[in-house]
Amino acid sequence: MSESLRFTFDVDGGDFTSAGHASVQVKKNLRQLGLSPEVIRRVSIAMYEGEINMVIHAGGGHAEVLVHEDCVEIILDDKGPGIADIEQAMQEGFSTAPDQIRSLGFGAGMGLPNMKRYTDSMEIFSTVGVGTKIVMKVNY
Amino acid sequence: MTVKELTEKMGLKAACMPVPEREISGAYIGDLLSWVMGRAGADCAWITIMSNLNIVAVASLADVACVILAEGVTPDGAALDAARERGVNLLLSEAATYETAIALSHLIK
Ligand SMILES: Nc1ncnc2c1ncn2[C@@H]1O[C@H](COP(=O)(O)OP(=O)(O)OP(=O)(O)O)[C@@H](O)[C@H]1O
Ligand SMILES: [Mg+2]
Repeated sequence: MSESLRFTFDVDGGDFTSAGHASVQVKKNLRQLGLSPEVIRRVSIAMYEGEINMVIHAGGGHAEVLVHEDCVEIILDDKGPGIADIEQAMQEGFSTAPDQIRSLGFGAGMGLPNMKRYTDSMEIFSTVGVGTKIVMKVNY
Repeated sequence: MTVKELTEKMGLKAACMPVPEREISGAYIGDLLSWVMGRAGADCAWITIMSNLNIVAVASLADVACVILAEGVTPDGAALDAARERGVNLLLSEAATYETAIALSHLIK
């Protein structure tokens, strides 16, 4: 079995005015690897939504992107407050984002649904008071 | 239609146009970033009145052809710098969003 390429990022929780660095970097890396624009776009959008969520809702976290033979895997891990009701959080329009975040254009409650829509699989593991881990895969 | 042609035909001002020859197909209007991420097609023209740095990340990651700031809105300095750096075409329209969209609809499919 050949080794998968792996990119890791610490996602800073401090600055939601300029968040998205990890996703922008991943897009660059995948482009250099010559993946199709469609796959790159799906990975970029899913990862950006997850990255922004860690910044806004969890005070930052850790991101890992693995380029496998048949898919790109995105693993997002944070030590934030966790998600009490995942089914509710997955619904379009559900958001707990505060007002100052909304004024920047976030808080439509569409991030998690977008992550689901643009990936082939998505699993959420979350414990209140401990953190959230999200694993997504985009197949080629 | 390329971004450069569109800019000329609509009389838009280019805040920055790092990729003038990019082809446009389709359009999307919206200010809530996750809606744009979810609904805007690749290569579309995206009309918005949001002017902060985050629109550049969204435009780049969603792979839109250009961003048109309507209603005379101007980008933040940080947004403009990032757009140049990341190759995002950022255009300015003095017209209202509705009029901007109508003008656009005459030029693209
Ligand atoms: N990493 C996380 N840690 C804790 N809570 C989260 C996390 N990600 C999402 N949530 C919760 O799930 C809700 C829905 O998330 P979703 O991304 O769909 O919407 P949003 O971030 O509020 O708005 P949008 O993504 O449209 O800007 C959030 O408002 C928040 O309550
Ligand atoms: Mg979100």
